[in-house]
Amino acid sequence: MTVDTRHIAGYRRMAFKRALALGGAIFVMLWLVILDLSIGPSGMPLSDVIDAVLAGPDGADRATATIIWYLRMPQSLMAVIVGMCLGIAGLQMQTILDNPLASPFTLGFSAAAGFGAALSIMFGAALPLPEYLITPIAAFAMTILACLIVYGMVHALGETPEILVLCGIGVLFLFQSLQSLLQYLASPEILQQIVFWLFGSLLKANWTSVAVTSLVALACLPFILHDTWKLTVLRLGDANAASLGISVGRLRRRSFVLIALLTAAAVSFVGTIGFVGLVAPHVAKALVGEDHRFAIPLSAMVGAVILASASVFGKLISPGGVIPVGIITAVAGIPMLFLVIYARKRRSS
Amino acid sequence: MKTQTLAIRDLGVRRAGCDILSGVSCSLITGQVVGVIGPNGAGKSTLLSAVAGQSGFSGAVSWGASGTGARPKSSDIGYMPQSCKVTASLTVLETVLLGTHERLGWRVSQSDIARATDILAELSLSHLASRCMTTLSGGQQQLVLLAQRLVRQPGLLVLDEATSALDMSHQISVLMLLKRYVVRHNALALMAIHDLNIAMQYADQLILIHDGRLVHQDAPENVLSVANIRRCYGLDVDLVARAGGRPVIAPRPQVMA
Repeated sequence: MTVDTRHIAGYRRMAFKRALALGGAIFVMLWLVILDLSIGPSGMPLSDVIDAVLAGPDGADRATATIIWYLRMPQSLMAVIVGMCLGIAGLQMQTILDNPLASPFTLGFSAAAGFGAALSIMFGAALPLPEYLITPIAAFAMTILACLIVYGMVHALGETPEILVLCGIGVLFLFQSLQSLLQYLASPEILQQIVFWLFGSLLKANWTSVAVTSLVALACLPFILHDTWKLTVLRLGDANAASLGISVGRLRRRSFVLIALLTAAAVSFVGTIGFVGLVAPHVAKALVGEDHRFAIPLSAMVGAVILASASVFGKLISPGGVIPVGIITAVAGIPMLFLVIYARKRRSS
Repeated sequence: MKTQTLAIRDLGVRRAGCDILSGVSCSLITGQVVGVIGPNGAGKSTLLSAVAGQSGFSGAVSWGASGTGARPKSSDIGYMPQSCKVTASLTVLETVLLGTHERLGWRVSQSDIARATDILAELSLSHLASRCMTTLSGGQQQLVLLAQRLVRQPGLLVLDEATSALDMSHQISVLMLLKRYVVRHNALALMAIHDLNIAMQYADQLILIHDGRLVHQDAPENVLSVANIRRCYGLDVDLVARAGGRPVIAPRPQVMA
């Protein structure tokens, strides 16, 4: 065997292993979705769940069809879609900021969404819109506003990761302060609603939220796929990427807008769910390296797996209860992150 | 193959009110390795960055058949900036492949992998192909990044101290490789070199920069004169003649004050 063939075979083997990891994550995610569908306050054997899914929303057994298709399925699908959005946004954020601590919430997007939600919970009743849409629209709008503020500041001051982080932190504090002000002014009932929204919960999911979030994610997908190689090159550093013909500023701006859209879509309906966007990219990179052809889809799948697991876990520890997944992901995320850091450190040494 | 010319006319770079470079003009043809020398802060990196289109400048830079050149396109240039430490978890082969990212599809073709492995073999890096970049030394990373530029097969290689982290044997291997490359591909290599003896022995031509101005452009033995070295580096040297080769630069011992 010549040297070339050996390396070609080695490269193909590595790509196959990565594809296998991706396939494994998809399998786990599907298994968790089925598990999530079968768990709930009313209980239901797996065979009934499968029958209800196959029978469709208009199945003969109305009670089962309603539970599966109108209560559990939107929540399970929302867990998957939100997890995927946060996983992709987290990886892109870590790449464009060249910072392993970055997540979709680093630049103040979650704070902005929280402020939008709090604003709508307090004053939304005055608007001529259906109640279930006011909060997501306000959260989405505020996230986009935060994105525009950071974008404008970065455009004026410079497009380096440092400027981006500093502007983002400024926006984060601004919206956090505004959010705190609203919480301070709110009545105890309103305050409770705001706090519950901020926890992040899949109980707010319905088919509208699934459709809207999926549409935003699908609209972003072509741009994300288009930039996979460029984002991988960006991991070699700005100077290197620029010298290889990449317009680093333009790539960073485009990714930034995509991150804002994905994050806004994810958090608008279910509230702020922390740690998924931070942990999922680390797990993905630990499994398939930094080739974004594999890291982006795997980060999406790991995000979906984390959120689906949190949903299952939440139902198991509190059947019929409403422990928000945001709390579970935050608590479970910390040991997971430590585990990934430990594994990577061991491997590199 | 038609000779290409890199023509630099009255190139100037001004930053924060200071002239970093001014009035640099020269014309360089393909098939040679041209060393850019000068003391620290002379403007070598600024010149290379401007030629590679990475920073703004006044004047003109053109590339093409004599007298008909246009501004070099990004695909014409293989630019390697100074000190590029890689912290990404990418293998050496993956890193080299990224040099051709514009033409890579979802499935990397066999020919792309073969081209990358050939370059690695030429730089004696085949044994590192599956190693992670973060586990390499600075010198090894520098060689991999050079391979990344070579895999693009550019007509104009602009290398900013591409051999600064290498031991002498690797410095010489790289320069010999570049000499073969420029002849085989009718290319021009423009590279900043700090080691004057390496520049003297292996460059085909030298450009001496001092205080942002081009002082001398000629064959190495003419540029590296005792007078030029004293003027630009403030160093007294002897040029030791060598049979059948260019002289060796020997700094005179400095007297401790």
